[in-house]
Amino acid sequence: MNRDTLSALKDLLLKMADDCLILGHRNSEWVGIGPMLEEDIAFASIAQDKLGHALALYTLLHQYCGEPDPDTLAFMRPATKFKCCHLVELPTQEYDVALVRHFLFDTADRIRFEMLTASTFEPLAKLAQKVKGEIVYHTMHASAFIRQLPHGTEEARCRIQTALTMLYPFALGIFEPSEYEEILQRHGIFQGERVLEQRWNQEILSVLKQAGLEIDNSARPVYGGRKGYHTDHLEPLLQEMSEVFAQDPMAEW
Amino acid sequence: MKTIVSLDPRITRAQIPEEPATTLTLHEGEMFETYEVFHQAKTGGRHTHVGSVHAPNAEMAYIFAKEQFGRRMTTTSLWVVRTTDIVTAEHDEELYTTATAPEKEYRNANIWKVRDKIERFKQEQQS
Repeated sequence: MNRDTLSALKDLLLKMADDCLILGHRNSEWVGIGPMLEEDIAFASIAQDKLGHALALYTLLHQYCGEPDPDTLAFMRPATKFKCCHLVELPTQEYDVALVRHFLFDTADRIRFEMLTASTFEPLAKLAQKVKGEIVYHTMHASAFIRQLPHGTEEARCRIQTALTMLYPFALGIFEPSEYEEILQRHGIFQGERVLEQRWNQEILSVLKQAGLEIDNSARPVYGGRKGYHTDHLEPLLQEMSEVFAQDPMAEW
Repeated sequence: MKTIVSLDPRITRAQIPEEPATTLTLHEGEMFETYEVFHQAKTGGRHTHVGSVHAPNAEMAYIFAKEQFGRRMTTTSLWVVRTTDIVTAEHDEELYTTATAPEKEYRNANIWKVRDKIERFKQEQQS
């Protein structure tokens, strides 16, 4: 693998891993205070899966791309070195926002991993195959809520629609194109953000239609995350997440 | 025939008076029900009752059951059934405690205990 291809692969793995880590952390903030016992457990499990996916991706970066070990990657980098999109950084005060984000992100995540099962970078293709079942469950969980909640009360419909309108531009930021799109496609590593976005759009529209929800077609994507520019919410999140690790990075667990 | 009352304390501890002062009409889906969960550990095996979940409908019950009961043990399939759809008899307990009195032990179909072994043996013979 030449240097350009390696940079392209590193960029792809890092943004995927960072998305999973930050969203996993955000969703774990609902542990113990979810709206009902069963959902609390389900959402916590999904958050734990996301952290597992982040670990697997950081491990690939460590094994194949010369990056430091997963803990160092996760806990010792400044915010500017993170490649996550803004969608996953946002704090969620209300469960409707957490659910809509879970739906928008995980649908994209599932399609991305599906596409990657055909990747020429074999370790990634294998990983994609391995996590498929978990991610299918994530979108099954998310879509069921999004399809059903708006048919409850008027307040429920209103809340989900408002959260969707607020989050949609951020969700478009998942697909911020990188400078490596062409290289990734040429080497058959990944078909690219454009293809992913089109598939995602089709899929979310079919669920949103059943839910009677609408998206704003004129929404402009919120980019920047993939280039290391972040919202003010990321820094405090990283501080909290690495609080224990940073006290003694050499400690054995 | 009768149906069984939910085993979930969140249902049974509610203790709603039989004749409330004002009439309360609950529409379908307005209050969560319980669903019984049946777990299968290997393909072709029996589904075993493992517990219940609280959910607004069958689809959500399955989604909740998957994490409640499918995550911490090997699982090949799950079934969910609305608790009130399970049918039993009025004198359920009475019927069986007398039928299996100690002196009538010969009636017990102990063969069921070795069923798995027999099946395994048959399969070995075939292969």
